[in-house]
Amino acid sequence: MIRGKIKKKATRFHEMNIFLVLIVLIISLALINNRFLSFGNITNLLRSTSMIGVVAIGMTFVIISGGIDLSVGSVLALSSVIAAKLMVSGTSIFLSIIISLASGILAGLLMGIIIYEARVPPFIVTLAGLSVFRGIAMLLTGAKKVVGLPENFANFAVIRVFGLPGMAIVWLLIIVIGVIMARYTVFGRNIYAIGSNPEAARLSGINIRASIYKVYAFCGFTSAVAGILMAARLCGGSPSAGSGYELDAIAAVVLGGTSLTGGIGGVFGTFFGTMIIATISNGGNIMGVNPFVLEIVIGVLIVIAVVFDHLQKNK
Amino acid sequence: MVSARKEIIRMERISKQFPGVTALDGVDFQIYKGQIHGIVGENGAGKSTLIKILTGALQPNSGNIFVDGKKVIISNPIIAQNLQIGAVYQDLTVAKDLTVAENFFLGQIPKNRFGFIDWKKMVQKTAAVLRELNIEVDPNMILEKLTAAQKEMVLIAKQYFKQYRVVIFDEPTALLTSKDTEELFRIIKKLKKEGVGIIYISHRIEEVFEICDTVTVLRDGKRITCIPINETDIDGLISRMVGRNIDDMYSITHQHLNKEVLRVENLSKTGVFKNINFTVNHGEIFGLFGLVNSGTTKIARAIYGADRFDQGSIYVDSKNIRITSPSIAVANGIGFLPEDKKTEGLAVKLSVRHNVNLSSYSNISRMGFVNGKLENQNTRQQIKSLRIRTPSAEQIVINLSGGNQQKVVLAKWLVNQCKIFIFEEPTAGIDVGAKEEIYKILELLIKKGSAIVMISSYLPELMGIADRITVVYEGTQMGTLSRNEFDEKRLLQLASGVI
Repeated sequence: MIRGKIKKKATRFHEMNIFLVLIVLIISLALINNRFLSFGNITNLLRSTSMIGVVAIGMTFVIISGGIDLSVGSVLALSSVIAAKLMVSGTSIFLSIIISLASGILAGLLMGIIIYEARVPPFIVTLAGLSVFRGIAMLLTGAKKVVGLPENFANFAVIRVFGLPGMAIVWLLIIVIGVIMARYTVFGRNIYAIGSNPEAARLSGINIRASIYKVYAFCGFTSAVAGILMAARLCGGSPSAGSGYELDAIAAVVLGGTSLTGGIGGVFGTFFGTMIIATISNGGNIMGVNPFVLEIVIGVLIVIAVVFDHLQKNK
Repeated sequence: MVSARKEIIRMERISKQFPGVTALDGVDFQIYKGQIHGIVGENGAGKSTLIKILTGALQPNSGNIFVDGKKVIISNPIIAQNLQIGAVYQDLTVAKDLTVAENFFLGQIPKNRFGFIDWKKMVQKTAAVLRELNIEVDPNMILEKLTAAQKEMVLIAKQYFKQYRVVIFDEPTALLTSKDTEELFRIIKKLKKEGVGIIYISHRIEEVFEICDTVTVLRDGKRITCIPINETDIDGLISRMVGRNIDDMYSITHQHLNKEVLRVENLSKTGVFKNINFTVNHGEIFGLFGLVNSGTTKIARAIYGADRFDQGSIYVDSKNIRITSPSIAVANGIGFLPEDKKTEGLAVKLSVRHNVNLSSYSNISRMGFVNGKLENQNTRQQIKSLRIRTPSAEQIVINLSGGNQQKVVLAKWLVNQCKIFIFEEPTAGIDVGAKEEIYKILELLIKKGSAIVMISSYLPELMGIADRITVVYEGTQMGTLSRNEFDEKRLLQLASGVI
């Protein structure tokens, strides 16, 4: 049988819909304003969206598993600050990045451990994480931005590979990893199963502990990746970076058709969802629409997408 | 008997089809004022479907319902409540974190002249009703804090308070002790005296004879008979329920391999079960029999690692294995088929393919990557050999019928190549055709040398297919009988604690 068939029918249906919405959106914006499809604007759009895009991929897995991660913005800031401080203190860029990523993974893992072992709802644990990790980032920096990063590192924000911004390539890489994990790995299968029915998954012999640890660790990892991108983009480690990212990421995931009750969803949907939100704000800005109006539009869109989804399902 | 036979509800030629199953086939049913009308039938006979239609939870495909001779359409549970039809088993209007009195007045809280809640009136009226029915419960108690028996009494009292005209009891004694059951019967008789029509569903035939004045027998979705209780006896009722020669249905070729595969020694869990001992051989079907809440399910769950136990050892192929989680059980070739498929056996939002392979991904993967070819091959093979009726391997499991869902759960363990299968009520809630298919599969399993531990509260089935049956009463093992010693009466006695 063809590999392509190994997909959740419902998800694929939603992914197609949301993809079409994105295409229609891009075409209409291009027709209304010729600046929208300009090379400069598109690369800028991809660059500025890459961070939330990366975070949303990790969030997708957590939500498919039936959980939620509210700490992503704080973990992002913490990793970003850690990377920046290390580099400023003379640690090599490579090692700094590795340690920063490890700190993100550790933060996620820690929350995963508490969620599984103490059976505390993910909402509560990651809400605490949101507070704790932001606090640590602030303490480490005295609430000031860490500046003086090596030029080689800061250049990454503007680097291009085959015309694509380096940041967008990192995003693409995370998407590819996400798709592979969701579709072709045991981990992916188990996450869907746990999200669909944790008790049935447990009674089927699935190692819930390992899966929960991994899914929050992965989300911590993506937050850290976004944190490093953020440090490059801001030319420094900002302890206040990424605030509010948790809600933006959840919005992108939900718009992309992933069910908040778990078990249903996918990475492509999240990518399209992220792009739709970014395109609306970007296009709106170009056309000079009041940004507050844009926020209303995005909110309405999320509700429409979910209602539409329910109607489809109940048919 | 009530002199005036005033009809309250008449259901005429009710039919209900589910995909692939006819749950009800032209069933007639009446209930009169002050009548206690029993409904009996095997699992899957259509009892609960009939009740769900009456309470608005399901819509019939055809047939009419008349209340007081007027045709009604009960399209949702609210309408049923407005028609004063209540069911004790699933009162939708219960708030378990509120007090008894608040629950009585839910939706119509009395107000005093300042527009505030009239607590005094609420408590007094509730207390009066409870007193009238001789129920010793404080109206100020939080519902959740009551015992199962008290909760049930309170629910009944509430229906009485709301002056429901028809009250449905679905397996009301399942969680009650015999003393509580007496109490329940006293209240039911009181309701009867007040002219309430009572529908009483129970697996316990003796109870039906104790409390009902009329009984309807359903079998395979059809009404077999409706007779006054004093015109029949237990044997007569059972033969009408079963309606076929039991031996035919359960004709399984038994295997006789004397090689032990599972041994349970002194398994104990404080307050739940103690000192459970048994061995199961390859190719054997070993029955665990007990009445509701006897502990059989808990024992099985402990063996599988789904619940913890305090003491005892488990041996698989004579090797002592510490089973602390289902994943360890699975790794040692034990599979578990829970009674409640939807909440414990299946990931219903996922595809047939995903569910079939659910417990086997570690076997069909390398370095964490799933071998999609094997995955699809497994799925196709199981769909074919178990004859799972599904449009495709990608169908979401929730859209399958109960029997096919059961087969998907079974397929999950077949793919895993288990050698020990623990079945909890494997044929509960599936139709007769699917049942026979399941028995055929069991036969195939033992032929291959697998061992089956089967928990069933349905004795004819267990007697029909098991090689040996061990009986559990209140967590204590009462005895083990071999096939040539099987005797329904003896087994029931043991299960009731009579030695």
